[in-house]
Amino acid sequence: MRDLILVVNEDLSAKTITITSGDGSAIQAYSVTPEGEGRAASRGGVVLIHHLPGYDRGQKELARHVAELGYDVVVPNLYWRQAPGASPDDAAAAARANGGKPDTELVSDVAGAAAHLRALPTSNGKVGVIGYCSGGRQSVLAACNVHLDAAVDNYGAFVIGDPPEGSGMTMTGIEEQLPNLRCPLLGLFGNDDKFPPPADVDKLEQILTANGKTVEIHRYDDAAHAFFSTERPSYRVHAANDGWARIAAFYGKYLAS
Amino acid sequence: MCTYTTVTAPMSGSAKGPNGSWFHVTDATVYFDHPVHAMAEHTLNIDLWSSTPADPSRGPSARVALELTAASARELMAAIASALESVPEALKL
Repeated sequence: MRDLILVVNEDLSAKTITITSGDGSAIQAYSVTPEGEGRAASRGGVVLIHHLPGYDRGQKELARHVAELGYDVVVPNLYWRQAPGASPDDAAAAARANGGKPDTELVSDVAGAAAHLRALPTSNGKVGVIGYCSGGRQSVLAACNVHLDAAVDNYGAFVIGDPPEGSGMTMTGIEEQLPNLRCPLLGLFGNDDKFPPPADVDKLEQILTANGKTVEIHRYDDAAHAFFSTERPSYRVHAANDGWARIAAFYGKYLAS
Repeated sequence: MCTYTTVTAPMSGSAKGPNGSWFHVTDATVYFDHPVHAMAEHTLNIDLWSSTPADPSRGPSARVALELTAASARELMAAIASALESVPEALKL
């Protein structure tokens, strides 16, 4: 998909804001908004779910990339409740020591972020979700429980199957929730990934297809986990470039108008 | 991947943390996952922290973090074991 124009809006405004989670809690969030003459007057929004290692620079860079595609983006700080004001790595360490982000809180935070986006005067009423790594699993979880219009799962493990016994984390697999998926799903995975392994990706696709869900899965050779992460050795330019083109096309279809 | 697997252990001791200040350590969290800083896809990560900090306002920042390659972590384990084994009998607890 090399012929797609990936950058729609080069001018952006990014800032830290406070949003209200679905359970009423005030939490920090990173907001990125298209600016300039090229932006659409009425546009969709995207909730970006940061990965387990935290609300960090790399995840905010991903948010700016999504905003360049022409969407208002909000990244809820999932660890704000446990570690308000802490640096992203310290907050992630504290959250991990306490068992990770509870699924119920995650659903509330995404619901609150989606409501924030829909309340923007520029909103066209459409809101998508996207997540990477643990955020990929949480993107699917949110799409099963929150009113969303399009969901992207980038190499999320433990959608199928549970984390290892004694992992210390509270989250579990969410296979039984898949029949409740409320919007189309785009999944991007590396064939060399071990978590999730290709067999789990196949099973995800099979379950959603069997339940009549709209699902689009792309698998990349010579790519493992975290192939979108430009700041990590796992970065794979061929997979990331094609992945961004797939995301642009998917959101263009379900969020843009 | 995010491995999720997290092992915790109670600790008693002190660590020198942010801004060069010491704090009482009550807990260790150990996991093999993405590092923040080390140039490796996964590292053995150790957080030494206090669940009962003397200064609660420091919150989660009262932490000493290590990100070690798997080989380095094993070297550290061996070094700790060797150091403890070399303690004179009279000093062993």
